Amino acid sequence: MELAVAHETIARWQFGVTTVYHFLFVPLTISLAATVAGLETAWVRTGKEKYFHATKFWGKLFLINIAMGVVTGIVQEFQFGMNWSDYSRFVGDVFGAPLAMEALIAFFFESTFIGLWIFGWDKLPKKIHCACIWMVAIGTMLSAYFILAANSWMQHPVGYSIDKATGKAQLTDITKVLFQDTTLVVVFHTLTAAFLTGAAFMVGIASIHLWKAKRAEEPDRKKVATMRTSLRVGLVMAVVAGLGTAISGDTLAKVMFEQQPMKMAAAEALWDTQSPAPFSIFAVGDVTKGHNSVELEVPAALSFLAKSDFSSPVPGINDTAAAEAAKYGGRPTDYIPNVFVTYWGFRLMIGFGMSSFVAGLIGLWTTRRKFLLAPEFRTGEDEPPRLMLTGNRELGPVLTKWSWRIGIWTMGFPLIANSFGWIFTEMGRQPWAVFGLMTTADAVSPNVGVTTQIGALTTFTLLYAVLAVIEVRLLAKYAAAGPVTSEQPPAEDPTLRGPFSDEDADKPLAFAY
Amino acid sequence: MQLHDVWFVLIAVLWIGYFFLEGFDFGIGVLTKLLARDTAERRVLINTIGPVWDGNEVWLLTAGGATFAAFPDWYATLFSGFYIPLLVILVCLIVRGVAFEYRAKRTEERWQRNWEHAIFWTSLLPAFLWGVAFANIVHGVAIDQDKNYVGGFWDLLNPYAVLGGLVTLALFTFHGAVFAALKTVGEIRTRARATALRLGLVTAVLALGFLGWTQVHQGTGRSLAAAAIAVAALAAALAANQLGREGWAFTFSGLTIVAAVAMLFLSLFPDVMPSTLNGGWSLTVENAASSPYTLKLMTVVAAVFTPLVLLYQAWTYWVFRKRIGVQHIPAVQTADH
Repeated sequence: MELAVAHETIARWQFGVTTVYHFLFVPLTISLAATVAGLETAWVRTGKEKYFHATKFWGKLFLINIAMGVVTGIVQEFQFGMNWSDYSRFVGDVFGAPLAMEALIAFFFESTFIGLWIFGWDKLPKKIHCACIWMVAIGTMLSAYFILAANSWMQHPVGYSIDKATGKAQLTDITKVLFQDTTLVVVFHTLTAAFLTGAAFMVGIASIHLWKAKRAEEPDRKKVATMRTSLRVGLVMAVVAGLGTAISGDTLAKVMFEQQPMKMAAAEALWDTQSPAPFSIFAVGDVTKGHNSVELEVPAALSFLAKSDFSSPVPGINDTAAAEAAKYGGRPTDYIPNVFVTYWGFRLMIGFGMSSFVAGLIGLWTTRRKFLLAPEFRTGEDEPPRLMLTGNRELGPVLTKWSWRIGIWTMGFPLIANSFGWIFTEMGRQPWAVFGLMTTADAVSPNVGVTTQIGALTTFTLLYAVLAVIEVRLLAKYAAAGPVTSEQPPAEDPTLRGPFSDEDADKPLAFAY
Repeated sequence: MQLHDVWFVLIAVLWIGYFFLEGFDFGIGVLTKLLARDTAERRVLINTIGPVWDGNEVWLLTAGGATFAAFPDWYATLFSGFYIPLLVILVCLIVRGVAFEYRAKRTEERWQRNWEHAIFWTSLLPAFLWGVAFANIVHGVAIDQDKNYVGGFWDLLNPYAVLGGLVTLALFTFHGAVFAALKTVGEIRTRARATALRLGLVTAVLALGFLGWTQVHQGTGRSLAAAAIAVAALAAALAANQLGREGWAFTFSGLTIVAAVAMLFLSLFPDVMPSTLNGGWSLTVENAASSPYTLKLMTVVAAVFTPLVLLYQAWTYWVFRKRIGVQHIPAVQTADH
């Protein structure tokens, strides 16, 4: 491998590995923070024990998860400087601003209030304690917003000018960076996908417990009540968020057809401009020849997805590449991203994401509330639900078993969808780091040696692998144990000023590391 | 004072805030082996920083992000140049965060012991390496005309930088011991004071050497004043510690950090990363800075949100103001009870 190529390739692998890994924890953090906040609010408002247990249980899983999200996020703040110094010099004036805002506004918020929430059960009045987790939830979403604004600028640079003397990008209008359509749609798409991820996670774990309780002689009724509520919350969230993901995804695709026609042509492996253009379901392409050898497609559907009508032409890879070459110089093939990864990344993203949405829809119907069921099939709040096909017809034992299994097995589907979504959108932008302004090859640090890079990539990959094993095992242990139903909230609501009386002096902490 | 000078000050403030706050929690991490005698005492120490270490660490992320926004070239040169030390620091911070959160999540002794080793080493190494990094920044390194660091890893471990690393390690551990005396109750509190005395004397010797070296090499009138304040504050911290005035001791150990870091930034200005190859190739507040628009924007953002951050972080310290001792440490909570 030529040295310059190796340089870029290793830096890209490191960014890919650390970022995809980081993003396994981010969506769960975002959605679980908000869900735990909702559950704690329900507890504070109703005083019902099941909400307290649900808050504690999902809170524990949330904390195990956010720990990894936080620490892997530190790398993100610094690796632009480490591996992409020429990129940093070129874009810092623009790109640095949302990053600094993210740290100052969002990171401080979430990290400070998470400390208060974890250790504050016996120190804060419950309303203030509950407000703390809402602060964390807001912090996680603000953080997503700022970093997505920064990424959207790489996808579609706006609000800048190129300084004539230095040749660097300079910010001219921050509102354009923060509020351009790419940013807004991407934020909506990412947040809904995050909630779909949390939903599938909750549905999966609740399904394990309820399916187990259903087969048990004497299930823990408090546990069942907690898990039943969690299941419903998860299912509703899966349907709402799944729908939101689909709608925002469609809008985002339309935006991308305008802003990065190459990415979308590659997403469809649409080599030649067609009018109307078909939507590809399956294709085997040959990059060197510039066409597909096998195709299965829906006629005119792509025109509809891109432009909302069935006849518009959609530009293909070959024409778009020729146009980019004419505009920026070089050969047309320089501007074609990895079509295989882009095409399949796009399909896997949609496939895995929408499977979870469909699973949620089915689950929501089969576990629907009692007023749609005949009286003899209704179950109490602390009993595992029957899976009902119609008002008076339960699913058979085989279908019931498979329904619970689907809930369990699709637990991680949105995580896979998220990863492929990022791989698709970042790989589909290549060869650009900043679309139209800077190629990825020009973005790497010129002074960092290949040996150092390989060392760093190996270090992160091994460290992350070890931590993944530790994290997943811990998560599995706590998820499998289920809510601790013997746990009770503090008998008295703590006040901010105390307790500091003598009898409290030696009282153990409610939570300690 | 121009905008890029304001931002030089703000970046200095962020680093000072970071070293003041994470300084004592790195110190606590090191003290889990130097001061604590058993698991219960280790847990007392860890829990003194339990609710706050994560918030303290964000000062670093903000310093990094703000440098990226206000001085892109400083950010790019520093982190691509000091690649390996930074990589080690990142690995440490990753493991350290997980160690705090996961240590008490299982009851097995080996599990807990491993995380305790991790807490010690991942606190010690960054405390040392940040000093190495800052000594090199102040001293100057081999930067070429394209603003890229062209030296090697071993060049960063020169005697001056190693001394700088030992100073931050000793100073942070001292600061941590003073903090431990302030936040604990019982026998460990008494021992924390004795440890603080020993660490303070070691720090004094190392710091005098390092600050003197810096002052002679590239000091100004202002940096001399800051160095004098640092030395006086360290003496005052030791005196207050001996008198059992723990609040004052902590105030003064904090002031030592503030003045010492301020001294480094004062001897740096107006450079941000001097080049040892050619004075004309140095990065300065002017040639490394962002455009006036970005600096103005970030000034507004910082002016609004920094006081807010200080306010709610201060509130956190107030909420957890109670001293803790071994009697406050509950049995380890696990998944099923």
